[in-house]
Formats: sequence, C-alpha cells, structure tokens
Amino acid sequence: MPESSTSLYAAREPIFPRRVSGRFRNLKWVIMVVTLGIYYLTPWIRWDRGPNLPDQAVLVDLAGRRFYFFWIEIWPHEFYFVAGLLIMAGLGLFLFTSALGRVWCGYTCPQTVWTDLFILVERWIEGDRNARVKLHHAGWSVRKARLRLTKWIVWALIGLGTGGAWVFYFADAPTLFRDLINLEAAPVAYATIAILTATTFVFGGFMREQVCIYMCPWPRIQGAMMDNDTLTVGYRDWRGEPRGKARDANAGDCVDCMACVNVCPMGIDIRDGQQMECITCALCIDACDDVMDKLGRDRGLIDYLALSDAPREEAGEKPKPIWHHVLRRRTVLYTAIWSLVGFAMVYALFMRPEIEMTVAPVRNPTFVTLSDGSIRNAYELRLRNKHGAERMFGIHVNGDAMWVLGLEGSPYSAVPVAANETLKLRVYVTAPVGSESAQAAETPLRFWVDDLANGERAYKNTIFNGSGS
Amino acid sequence: MAEPRIDELTGRETMGHDFDGIEELNNPMPRWWLISFYLLIIWGIGYTIAYPAWPMISGASKGLLGYSTRGEVAADITAHEAANAELVTALLAQDMGEFDPQSDLHRYAAARGGAVFRAQCSQCHGAGAAGGEGYPNLLDNDWLWGGSLKDVAYSIRHGIRNQTDDDARYSEMPAFKDILEAEQIAAIAAFIPTLPQADWESEAGVLFTDNCASCHGDQGTGDRELGAPNLADALWLYGGDQETLVETITYSRFGVMPAWGQRLSEEDVRAVATYVHALGGGE
Repeated sequence: MPESSTSLYAAREPIFPRRVSGRFRNLKWVIMVVTLGIYYLTPWIRWDRGPNLPDQAVLVDLAGRRFYFFWIEIWPHEFYFVAGLLIMAGLGLFLFTSALGRVWCGYTCPQTVWTDLFILVERWIEGDRNARVKLHHAGWSVRKARLRLTKWIVWALIGLGTGGAWVFYFADAPTLFRDLINLEAAPVAYATIAILTATTFVFGGFMREQVCIYMCPWPRIQGAMMDNDTLTVGYRDWRGEPRGKARDANAGDCVDCMACVNVCPMGIDIRDGQQMECITCALCIDACDDVMDKLGRDRGLIDYLALSDAPREEAGEKPKPIWHHVLRRRTVLYTAIWSLVGFAMVYALFMRPEIEMTVAPVRNPTFVTLSDGSIRNAYELRLRNKHGAERMFGIHVNGDAMWVLGLEGSPYSAVPVAANETLKLRVYVTAPVGSESAQAAETPLRFWVDDLANGERAYKNTIFNGSGS
Repeated sequence: MAEPRIDELTGRETMGHDFDGIEELNNPMPRWWLISFYLLIIWGIGYTIAYPAWPMISGASKGLLGYSTRGEVAADITAHEAANAELVTALLAQDMGEFDPQSDLHRYAAARGGAVFRAQCSQCHGAGAAGGEGYPNLLDNDWLWGGSLKDVAYSIRHGIRNQTDDDARYSEMPAFKDILEAEQIAAIAAFIPTLPQADWESEAGVLFTDNCASCHGDQGTGDRELGAPNLADALWLYGGDQETLVETITYSRFGVMPAWGQRLSEEDVRAVATYVHALGGGE
C-alpha cells in the first residue's frame, strides 16, 4: 500500500466471510445455540429454597453478599470456591489449548459466538459475500441505507438482549424485568445494559476480528501452551503445492479456488501456514472439503493436523493416531491438576459446617484486672447461622474449671442468631484471683458453640492471657 | 537516515529508520485507534479545565465546575448528619438511665462514641481504654466517681479537678508531709495493703482512722462522692507498692481531666459515655 506512506493510519479492510456448510459449521451452530441458550435462559430457572430466600437457581446477590448456584450457597468467606472455579477454568483452557490449539477461540469464545450471530444477521439482510462486497463499495442509496439501518437495528436488539440478560443474574429476573419495563429499575441496571449493548454492538458488528488481534491477550499467551503435537488447523502443502488447474497433471491438489480464504472470519489465508490471527474455527476445512468432494479428490487438504506429523506424512507414511496427540504428558498433567482442584472443591463443599464461629481475642489490653484481683479476658466472637431459621446458640468454654463465662448484654450463655446472619458478640472469660490461669502467662482455651435445637457444634481454640509473664 | 523503501522479505514499506542494520516496518495505527487517541486528548484538556488540575503559584486551578474533594466530604458529612438527625434527637432525649444495649440507638451511640474516644480520649486512656499509671482503666469495674451511664457522662461533661468548669468533680487530698512524720507515713503505707483484713488496733490502724478514714471510709473502701479511691481492692491508679504509696501520701495526687462538655457537643458526650459504659466495666 504505497499511498499509506503519507497517512498516519490504515483503514480497516472489512472482511466478508462467505457462507459455508459442513461438519465444523454444523458443530459451531450447535455450540452457538447451546451457549447462547445457557446465557439467556439461566436466570429464569426457578429454585425453591424456602421462605425469605431467593427462588432463582443462579443468583449473584451483591447486596446480601451471597452467591446462589442451584443447591449450593456461597458466603463471602467461602469465596475461595469462586477462586477455585477460576483456577479450574484456567487449567481447562491450558488443557484444551495444548491438545487442540485455539479451540476456545474458534468455538466458544463469546466474541466468536456473537460475531457469528452478527454475520448470520448480516447475511440474511444483505446477502452473501459477493452481494455484501458490492454493497460495501456502492455509493449511498435508499436501498443501502435501508439495508444498513435494518442490520444495525437487529444488531442493536441482539446487543440489548445480551446486556439485558446479564443484569438478570444479579436480581430476581421476573421482578427486574417488570421494573425495567416500567422504568423503575436501579440506574446501575440501565447503565450496565447500556454498556453491554454498546460493546456487543461495536465488538460483534464492527470490530470483530480486530478484538481478537489487537485487544485480546489470550492469543499472545496461547503460543506458550502449544507445541508440535498440538492439533491445529493447517494446510498440507506437500499435497497441495504447486497450485494449479484441476486438469493440470503436474499441479498439486490445491486449485487455488480461494474458498478457504473467502470463508475465513479472520481474513487470513491458511495456506500461508500458522498465523497468530487464526482462531482454528475450521470453517476453511469445511470449505476445502466441499471443493475436494466436487473434484473427486480426498478430503483433508486443509485439516486438523499436528506439525510433528508433517515430515511423516510428506514421506507417505500414516500420521500418528489422534489419541497419541491428545494424550501427552502435558495434557495428562493438566488433567491431573484440574481434577485435583475439582476434587478438593467438592470435598470442601460437602465438608463445610452449617454453623461457624471465629474467635478473636481482644489484645488491647490483653487482660484486665478487676477490683477483687481476678483476671478478665475479652473475646470477639462471630457466630454464623447458615440455617434457614433463627437458632439459639449456646456458648461455653473448655479448659480451667474455674473460668467464669459472661456474654456482653446478656445474663445467659446462649444467644439467638437470626437466619442467614452473622452475629458479632463480645464474650468475657474471668479467672478468679489466685487461680492458676490468672497467674500464668498463657493458658489454652477452647470455645464451643452448639446449636441448642439439634446439637450440632463447632469449636475454636484460643488462649487466655494471665498476669504472669 | 535512509529513505523509506520496500522490504524485500515482507513486501511492506519500512519507516526509513536504520538502527545497526535493523529496520522498522511501517505498521500504521488503525483509524479507530487514532480517532480515539485524539478524542481522548481533547477530552483530557477539557477535563483539566472543568476540574481542578493545573498547578499554579499558590494551589491549583479551581476548575469551571467548582468541584473539590473537600466540598464532597463536607456534603457527605452533611448528608450523614441529616440521616442521623433522628437518632441524635433520640439520644438527646435519653435520660441516660436504662439503655437497652440491643437497641439501634445504643449501637449508634456506641459506634459514634468509639470514634470520639479514639480521637479525643485515647491520648490519656489508651486506644483500648486500659489507661495507665495515673490514668484510670475504663475496662475494669472500679470507678472513682461512679460507673453508671449518668456518672460517666457527668465526668466526661464536666471533667475532674479542672479550673474551667464550676461543676467539675473536685476533691483534693492533703499532702501529709506537713501533717505527719515520715515514720507515720511509712506505717500507713505499710498498713494499706493489708486492707481489708487489717489490725485496726495497731498504731498504723489508729493513724489511718484519724487521718484517712474521713475520706476513704472507716474500712478504707473509698467514697465516690469525693472520688476517694477504694484502698481495699486490688486496683491502684498510681501503684500499690510501698514506695509509691509513701509518695502518694506524702505529696498527694491531683489528676485533672478537662471538661469535655466545653469542647464536644452534648450528643458526643452522651455517645462517648455510652461507649465507655459498654466497654465492659460499666455499672
């Protein structure tokens, strides 16, 4: 582009992918329906949790600081579950990338899925590749304006649905839907919808492959996770080259029909070899297989292949079996770590107690001498009631038999804790004058909390500070 | 510097720079990127005009919108005061007698009092209110002037032995160096730690009854009307060892606390009294 030498910028060359059909295209349609279906419909699934609790299956309750996922309820102090899920998601990406290259990018990345949907809309309204190229270069006319406006309106509606679905994860979906319609919902809901509508519209409609090439950090990291045994989309150049007419006996199998280039949503030519832009969506495989079928030649000129197989295939030998590529030390290791984290989380999920207590000794000062010479320690207790109903929690201490327990603001040793609440409580333990723990520097002490209704109990160990040093 | 040329390997144009044989390909920015860049520059300039930004000789430019973080804080404080107005009215209406520790008003008063305490009281009484030598421990159950909510509020409002408040709690222990002989003082200092099981018939017991009992009581258990300490318990404001007791009796003590009613609002006095009372020593 010599004219660009005087220009500071290069205008984006729009890409007009041609329609294609085949097994990978069908797989992508199925994945699109499933992923978008999950995304749009999940907030509407109901789940009965009893009174005073939300009956939405998946809900991020920011105000109440709870995360509901079907029968699982996550409290803020259990946020490590979310961290664990993120670790598993990361390891899963490593695993799939090392086995199948950018399979995430090509099939399930939201950017790919929504761009696919947007291109589908574009094709319905403006026609296939040739019609779109023509329309792009045509001057503005009533027809072009009408087509463009229709397309943008449909895009905007999809964007609205995307942003709209997101907010339903954070509040009761039917209520929020009614509030949104009646203009009574919180401003933050409208702002979130507006931002996500705008990003969906711009990313899916206009930026498309630029998001993957310029904005996304993931392709830059992926290189480190792929090796020569990774299955990626590639071109068997030893079979295809030199390119030529179908009738030419000296030419390879590639007839230079450009089908692979025309269907590529990233606008690259896979025959140039591995490129950073390639998202391994495999649409070029479908396109090339279609052409090979018509020519009566073997499929697989463009195919999922591993670079390590190239010399072998070139020499006319059979490539290594697929399982050989998928089952490698690296992938087995990723699977092992992934499973380990998964098992740890499932274990933690089923072993977590229904009542919890934290004990923090008050250290300023460590102890107080009372007028009769007895030594008193103060403790901050936090009692968590994860039951759905108010419970009476009894408190007592183990250790020195002479200790006297006192609860701030209550003459009893039991306190009611409301359903799904955490109660902060100040507790005093007093050692009488002259007793062993009053004179020692430190004495071990164990706090017990028990649910008076069902006898469930928990304990925490701490220490009692005496006047000795 | 070389002229721009076409790179043979890539077929792309170079920038014309040459660093030790390494050349740079001309990869122009995308247009949307450049447009965003210019728009951000314009927006940035506008922002620094609208908001305080440019350093001047004294202070920074004020900005056209008249925004200031101090103003925002002031507005925040006003908003919170307005939101708490009802609680403050209720606190001022409290008779500071019975005060349900589970009530919202008590929680508000204790939280507000905690903030006042950390700002105004912790210098003498310590961040944890454990006091120190000469500064009463507010966590224990020993009160010189009474430990009820009303008593505590009164001590805070008017202070102790200050000259600025006519209603300040006041008492003065004589310095016994002008009244008693050194041996007599030493005898009393030795007698006090034996309270309450003491030999009242001894010379020291008689000396105590004659000189000290009028304020500290016949049994040495103190008198809250006078702020006279209980000498028969385990707690000592200045220390209970022989040397300290001799010093205390010889020269006396005169601990002063300011009248906080002159510095704090009535609601703050009540709030900090509530906080101190709730620390675990309140009666």
